[in-house]
Amino acid sequence: MTIPDYKNDLTIIDESKPETQEYFINMGPQHPSTHGVLRLLLTLDGENLKKVEPHLGFIHRSIEKMCEKDSYQQIVHLTDRMDYLSCHINNEAVCLCVEAGLQMEVPERVKVIRTIVDELNRLSSHQLWWGVMGMDLGAITTFLYGFRDRELITDIFEETCGARLTMNYNVPGGLMFDIHPNFQKRTKDFITYFRKKLPEYDDLLSNNIIFTERTKGIGYLSKEDAISFGVTGPTGRASGFACDVRKRFPYSAYDRVDFKEIIYTEGDCFARYKARIDEMWESMKIIEQLIDNIPEGEYKEKTKAVIKLPEGEYYQRVETARGELGVYIVSDNKKSPYRVKFRSPGFSNLSALDTMARGNKIADLVATMSTLDLVIPDIDR
Amino acid sequence: MNFSIYDFTGFVSSVDLWLRSNFPPLVADLTGFVIIAICFLTFVTLLGLSLVYIERKVCAFFQQRLGPMRVGFWGTAQTIADIIKLIFKEPLITKNSDKFLFNLAAFIVIVAPIMAIAAVPFAKGLHVLDFDIGLFFITAISSIGVTGILLAGWSSNNKYSLIGAMRSGAQIVSYELSVVLSLLTIIVLTGSLQLSVIIESQRDGWWIFKGNIPAVIAFFIFIIASTAESNRGPFDMAEAESELTAGFHTEYSGIKFAFFFLAEYINLFIIAAVGATVFFGGWMPLHIGNFEFFNNVMDFIPPIVWFFGKISMLIFLIMWFKWTFPRLRIDQLLTLEWKYLLPINLINLLLMSLVALNGWHF
Repeated sequence: MTIPDYKNDLTIIDESKPETQEYFINMGPQHPSTHGVLRLLLTLDGENLKKVEPHLGFIHRSIEKMCEKDSYQQIVHLTDRMDYLSCHINNEAVCLCVEAGLQMEVPERVKVIRTIVDELNRLSSHQLWWGVMGMDLGAITTFLYGFRDRELITDIFEETCGARLTMNYNVPGGLMFDIHPNFQKRTKDFITYFRKKLPEYDDLLSNNIIFTERTKGIGYLSKEDAISFGVTGPTGRASGFACDVRKRFPYSAYDRVDFKEIIYTEGDCFARYKARIDEMWESMKIIEQLIDNIPEGEYKEKTKAVIKLPEGEYYQRVETARGELGVYIVSDNKKSPYRVKFRSPGFSNLSALDTMARGNKIADLVATMSTLDLVIPDIDR
Repeated sequence: MNFSIYDFTGFVSSVDLWLRSNFPPLVADLTGFVIIAICFLTFVTLLGLSLVYIERKVCAFFQQRLGPMRVGFWGTAQTIADIIKLIFKEPLITKNSDKFLFNLAAFIVIVAPIMAIAAVPFAKGLHVLDFDIGLFFITAISSIGVTGILLAGWSSNNKYSLIGAMRSGAQIVSYELSVVLSLLTIIVLTGSLQLSVIIESQRDGWWIFKGNIPAVIAFFIFIIASTAESNRGPFDMAEAESELTAGFHTEYSGIKFAFFFLAEYINLFIIAAVGATVFFGGWMPLHIGNFEFFNNVMDFIPPIVWFFGKISMLIFLIMWFKWTFPRLRIDQLLTLEWKYLLPINLINLLLMSLVALNGWHF
C-alpha cells in the first residue's frame, strides 16, 4: 500500500477546500483487544475506519514444517498449540485423519468419549470468548464470570488427562487413558450448574441495552461474502451459511446425537454473539445425551509403534469452536508425512474482517473482532 | 478551644482568634492559609489512597474475587506501596512531544479538582470557601480539568492519546450542560447558589424527597451526566483500554500518571459531594418536617458522618455502574446527551419552575 506523502506533497491538502485527512494507526502487535500478537494497520478518517489490513506472522512457529520431521503420534502434540482453546478438537482432527489413512475403526467407547470431551472443550472455549467479548466492550466483570465457569471444565480436564489447557488426550487409535472414575459425575454436576448460570450471561450482556446497541447492525457480513471468504463456524452460521461440519460431515459420535445447527441470518455482531450462546445450549444437550451412554470396551485400538500411512493424500475436517479445521496429510509411506497442511478457521475468518469493519468506528472494530473469536496462534500456526 | 463534633463553627473561629491574638494580621492570615493548605493536601492524598483501595475492593467483590490481600491487613497498604512505586518510577517523556505542555497537562488535571474541593461543605462550620456563587464555582473550576486532558492528548505525540483526548473533550463539554441544568433545577427551589444556604434550606427534608417528581428526574440526569463528565465507565471513552490502550494518558508514567489517576478519584469525590449537597442535604441529617422526636434522634448522629455516609453511597453507586455496564460508543454517547438528556432536562427545568411557582413541592 502506498502511504500518501502529506509532508512534502502539498497538493494533497488544499486549504481552500477543507477536507478531512486520513491517517494510519497500528493496532497491535501489542494491543489489549487483538488478543495476541496480531497487527492491524488501520486507515482512519477521524474515528471512521476506511480500511483494515491485518499483518500476520508474529507468532509463526512453522508447525506444518515441523510435522514433516515428526512421527504421526508426535504431530498430535503440535496441534494443540494452534488453537489452544479447542486443543482436544485439533488433536482429534489429526487422529481421525491418521485413522482414516490406516483404515482403522476405533471402538465405540472412544468415539463417545471424544465427542463428550469435544463439546466440553467447545463450552470452555465459548465461556472464555464470552468473558473476553464483554471485556472488549468495557464490561470487565464478565471476564471473571466466564473464567469462573470455565474453571470447572478445566478441572475435569485436569482430572482426565493431567493438563488444563493444552491437553493431549487423543492418540491415533483412541485415547491416551481411560476416563477418570469421577468423569461422568463431575460432568453431570457441571451441566446442572451451568444450565443455571447460562441465563446469568443473558442478564449481564445479552439483555443489556448498551450491549445490544453496540452490537446490533455492526460488522455486517452477508451470506455471499461469508461463503466466498470461507468464513466458517459460528461466525459463518450467523450469516446464514450452514457450515456445521458436525452436521454436514459427521465424525465420531455426532451422527447419533440430536442437536440443532444454530443459524442466524442477520450477519451482524449480535447474531454472532447469539450463535455462540445458543451453541453452548446445544453442546450441553449433546453431552447430556451421551454422558450416561458411554459404551463399555477398549479405550484404545492397538497400533504399531511406528505408524506408516500408505502412500496417498488424506483430508479430515472437524468443527472446532471457531469453525472448520481441515487437516491435509500427504504421505509417501514413511514414518513421517511428506507434507501437512492445516486449514485453520481463524485465518479464513480474519480475512473477512476488512469487509465487516469498513465504514464503522474503531470501537466497532473491537466488537467485530471480538465476535470473530480470534486465536492468533491458530491464524499463524 | 470549644471543640464539638456537631458544630465546627466555634472551633474554627477560636483557632482564628488565637492566631490573630498572637501574630500580626499578615502572619496570622498566612499561617491560616498554610494550615488550610496542609489540611487539604493531606485530605486529598488520603482520599485518593482510600478511594483507590475501595474501588479495587468493590470491583473485586463484584467480580467474585478478593482484590489486594497481600500488603498489610486485607491489602490496606497496597495503595501506599503503589504510590511509592509510582514516585520512584522514571518519568518518561516521548520524543518529539511538546515537553512544556506535556508536563503542564498533568498539573492542570490535578489542580482543578483540588481547587474545587475548597468549596465543599464537610460539616457545619467546616467549610473553607462559602460565598454566594459556591455551586457555580465548583462546576466551573472542576471543568478546567478537561483542558489538561486535551493538552495531554495533544502534547503526547501519540494518535491513541489524541483520539482519547478529542473524545474526552466532546464528551465533557456536552455533559457539562446536563450536569449544570440538573443542578439548576434544584436551584430554582433554593433560590441561592451558596452551598450553606442550599443545605440550610433542607432542614425540614432533603430536596430529593421535597422537590416532587422533577427533583427525582434531575437526580437521575445528574448521576448519569456526572458519571460521564468524570470519564468513568460506562462512559470511559477517553481511556477505553480495549480500544485506545489507555487513551489520553498512554504516554504518562511515574508520578505524572499518578496525578491523572488521583484526579479521577478526587473528581469522583467532588461529584458525590455536589450530589449529596444539592439532592441529599449535604451534612444535614435526615429530617421529616416537624416530626420532632425523629429529627432529634437523627441529629444525634454527627453531621460529618452524615456527609461521608451520603458520599459513600453515591460513590458506591457510580462504582457499581462502572463494574456492571459495557462501554458506549462515542456517537451513542453524544446522541444520549443531545437527543435525550438535554431535552428532558430543559422540560424538567420548566416543570420545576411550575412546581416552585405553584408551591407544589413539600
